[in-house]
Amino acid sequence: MKNLKSMKKIFLSNIVLFSFLFLSSCKLAVFDPRGIIASQQRDLILTSLWLMLVVVIPVLVMTFVFSYKYRASNTKAKYDPNFEHNNVLEVIWWTVPIIIIAILATITWKTSHSLDPYRPLESKVRPIEVQVVALNWKWLFIYPEQGIASVNFLQFPVNVPVNLKITAEAPMNSFWIPKLAGQIYAMEGMQTLLHIMADTPGSYDGLSSNFSGEGFNGMKFIAKASSPLEFNEWVAEAKRSLQSLSQERYGELVRPSSYDKVQYFSSVEEGLFVGIMMRFVMPVGTGESCHQPHSLSPSQSESELDSH
Amino acid sequence: MFGKLSLSAFPHEPIQAGGAVSIILAMLAVIVALTYLKRWTWLWKEWITTTDHKKIGIMYVIAALIMLLRGFGDAIMMRAQLALSAGANHGFLSPDHYNQIFTAHGVIMIFFMAMPLMFGLFNLVIPLQIGARDVAYPFLNSLSFWLFVMGAMLVNFSLIVGEFAAVGWLAYPPLSEVNYSPGVGVDYYIWALQISGVGSLISGINFFVTIIKMRCPGMTLMKMPVFIWSALCTNILVMMVFPVLTVTLSLLFLDRYFGFHFFTSDLGGNAMMYINMIWIWGHPEVYILVLPAFGIFSEIASTFAQKKLFGYKSMVWAIAVITILSMIVWAHHFFTMGAGGNVNAVFGITTMIISVPTGVKIFNWLFTLFRGRLIFKTPLLWLVGFLLTFTLGGMTGVMLSVPAADFQFHNSMFLVAHFHNTIIGGVVFGYFAGFIYWFPKVMGFKLDERLGKAAFAHWIVGFFVTFTPLYILGLMGMTRRLSHYDASTGWQSLLVVSLVGALIIGGGVACQLVQIAYSFWKRKELVDHTGDPWNGRTLEWSLPSPPPFYNFARIPTVTSRDDFWEQKNNPDHPGHKKIVYEDIHMPKNSGLGFMISVAVFVCGFGLVWHITWLIGLGLLALFMFIFMRSFDEHTDYYVPAEEVLRIENQLLKRKGEC
Repeated sequence: MKNLKSMKKIFLSNIVLFSFLFLSSCKLAVFDPRGIIASQQRDLILTSLWLMLVVVIPVLVMTFVFSYKYRASNTKAKYDPNFEHNNVLEVIWWTVPIIIIAILATITWKTSHSLDPYRPLESKVRPIEVQVVALNWKWLFIYPEQGIASVNFLQFPVNVPVNLKITAEAPMNSFWIPKLAGQIYAMEGMQTLLHIMADTPGSYDGLSSNFSGEGFNGMKFIAKASSPLEFNEWVAEAKRSLQSLSQERYGELVRPSSYDKVQYFSSVEEGLFVGIMMRFVMPVGTGESCHQPHSLSPSQSESELDSH
Repeated sequence: MFGKLSLSAFPHEPIQAGGAVSIILAMLAVIVALTYLKRWTWLWKEWITTTDHKKIGIMYVIAALIMLLRGFGDAIMMRAQLALSAGANHGFLSPDHYNQIFTAHGVIMIFFMAMPLMFGLFNLVIPLQIGARDVAYPFLNSLSFWLFVMGAMLVNFSLIVGEFAAVGWLAYPPLSEVNYSPGVGVDYYIWALQISGVGSLISGINFFVTIIKMRCPGMTLMKMPVFIWSALCTNILVMMVFPVLTVTLSLLFLDRYFGFHFFTSDLGGNAMMYINMIWIWGHPEVYILVLPAFGIFSEIASTFAQKKLFGYKSMVWAIAVITILSMIVWAHHFFTMGAGGNVNAVFGITTMIISVPTGVKIFNWLFTLFRGRLIFKTPLLWLVGFLLTFTLGGMTGVMLSVPAADFQFHNSMFLVAHFHNTIIGGVVFGYFAGFIYWFPKVMGFKLDERLGKAAFAHWIVGFFVTFTPLYILGLMGMTRRLSHYDASTGWQSLLVVSLVGALIIGGGVACQLVQIAYSFWKRKELVDHTGDPWNGRTLEWSLPSPPPFYNFARIPTVTSRDDFWEQKNNPDHPGHKKIVYEDIHMPKNSGLGFMISVAVFVCGFGLVWHITWLIGLGLLALFMFIFMRSFDEHTDYYVPAEEVLRIENQLLKRKGEC
């Protein structure tokens, strides 16, 4: 009986733990979404959790009950050393998991398409486009329509779809704003897409979630969802910046550095984003790379880190 | 003359220098002790040249436990760094050093702890359980072991000379390419894995052939113990996927050394190809590790419940289904690559299907306990601990397998918590249970129970204290492989809890070390003369502990699944017939496995540091030794029947004395 009581205690404390988790969920970014994609992802996560608990809870209970009941010292319990097969039982535990997985598989098929990061979001408002470049170790955001750019700071109006085109001139990174949407890789010579839309104004943490080398810790940015008016003011502020993002300036930006401060650029050289991707593509017929020598050399990276 | 090797390659930072010095001191201590005790000839004749699967198994297990300590040391440093380095405090490790540590932790725990522990248990158990006198290729067995040792040496050498890779345990390009990682770290990684990987492949072939060809009469496939089934499927997977690892790393080698462009970002290279290929090896690898643990738990469940294993056929089919499915799920490691809804959905669904046979196995274990008479010795405690942790790990695994949800989990601490939940809860608990279960068979005495139970209590509590906070941190948006974070994130308190958990696990590891030392000290009291300390059910328990070098004086004939149990309860069993002794065919010892591996090590070290003459020297020695082995025709001998009779009588006398 003592053991039974302590088991009850364990269950109670589990319940307390879970409720604590949900009460403190204001800190759990994934469970506290501020964007339409992240909200659906949270619901999906919880659905899969509940479905799994249908099997997991009985298993945990049986583990405790069987271990307790059939202990050798309990001679009252039935001992059946040749009980090794039972069709009904075995059919049950092949079928129940299959049904659960069939349900989950259906949900998976649907959500893999409906929440595909490449799928544009439905909205009556015209989306804005931002080009994202992962650099060693900072994020460059280019606004082609506004003609501005920023480092480690992404601002956009709330309830407006933001179409992100993502590439890199760095080892592989992953672009992630936990409160707004799941992540997508940023890779050299390639473009990935991510569509986000915030439903609440606020500043959200953004980061790289794929390890990319020595300065990886500092590869963070702020994603700020604001009112359209504030967004326009912000664009105007960027326009007043004294810096412009020319090819040369980009060459400086590419050099390794970490924990970079926010910077704005009042203008961006035409075709910069496509140029960054094309750098890695072999031109037809020449057999030579157009990879610019400024990309990264070992000696550069070391001296840059030392000075940091 | 020395390629890239110069004095600056030796460590300067205090922590690294400390690691280097302690390794050198440990090696010196071993050398001095061996010389003082005049044990060099003994070491060479009894161990280094041995082709006895039991001795090779013991060496594998010892090596694995040493590497476990190193890998665990890395883990403690990581947890301590993260508990400290919030805000203005940057902890005690530089980012570069921290990056080397987490890379080394993953590489060591998978390749140099889990794999050798697995092959160690295979060596110790498979021939005994199938009624064989050795493995199919005893010389190759010795060669695989020494290749693994040389791979492990290369990893540890990186502490003394140069640096280790700082790119994560799978060395994704373009980060691992020469323009982003110009140092020798990735080269150490490549050659350590290549050398030990070839060893693993040879072992895989060896055990596959052993199980297929060397089972004793009567042991049909459906009469094999479940551990043998799991080993068979694991070795099939080893043979299927280790060549992929070898090729992948070879292509990375060509990129790094000769300027090829397989995985570079420019000139048509494609890093995604590497990521696909490494996971085509990497995902089956985790099943390679966990299937034998499933087998071990099946043996333990029926032994300690004193009951037949429930649903043997279901168990076998579940293992077979898992084996096949494990090869078609690899892309779930990179849903976030942008492959599109169809690809992601297919790989997500194949992944979650694996949970069906795995779930079936869990129910079968539970119903093996149902209506049993459970003897709560340490192995059974590990089984109960496994059922609790692995079920939770499986649950988070299915949650991760839903692609649209994975976008929020990927690379986060949630993922880190998940795979530790399955690897510690499954593989580590399983191998520990197997270690304790078969220890008396191999050594002739049991391990102390109280210390074993204390170790288990520390591990299970420490596990949950360490990894529950990591699940929460993942949901808070903390990503893996960070060595510093802002104080405003609110992560620090949870990371401190996690450190405490790791220290509790450390207490468990300490208990285990003391347990081994104490049991060795008290071995006369813990001695097992019967050869059957747990009232076992399979063939290995029919032998004396430790078994004679030829294992079976007479090759047994099997009539049922739990054949030894049957023999104990049935006086008509063929095992009771009088034994007629005959000459026994055995392999001779050979030092060439060791020497070939040393040549490979020399070659590997030369490759890491670009020392051309050393590479040449290593290759020359390698071909010479292989040549010598090819023309060595005196590889086996016969133990005369009289000698067998003498040994058997001695063993009987010992048994009678107790």
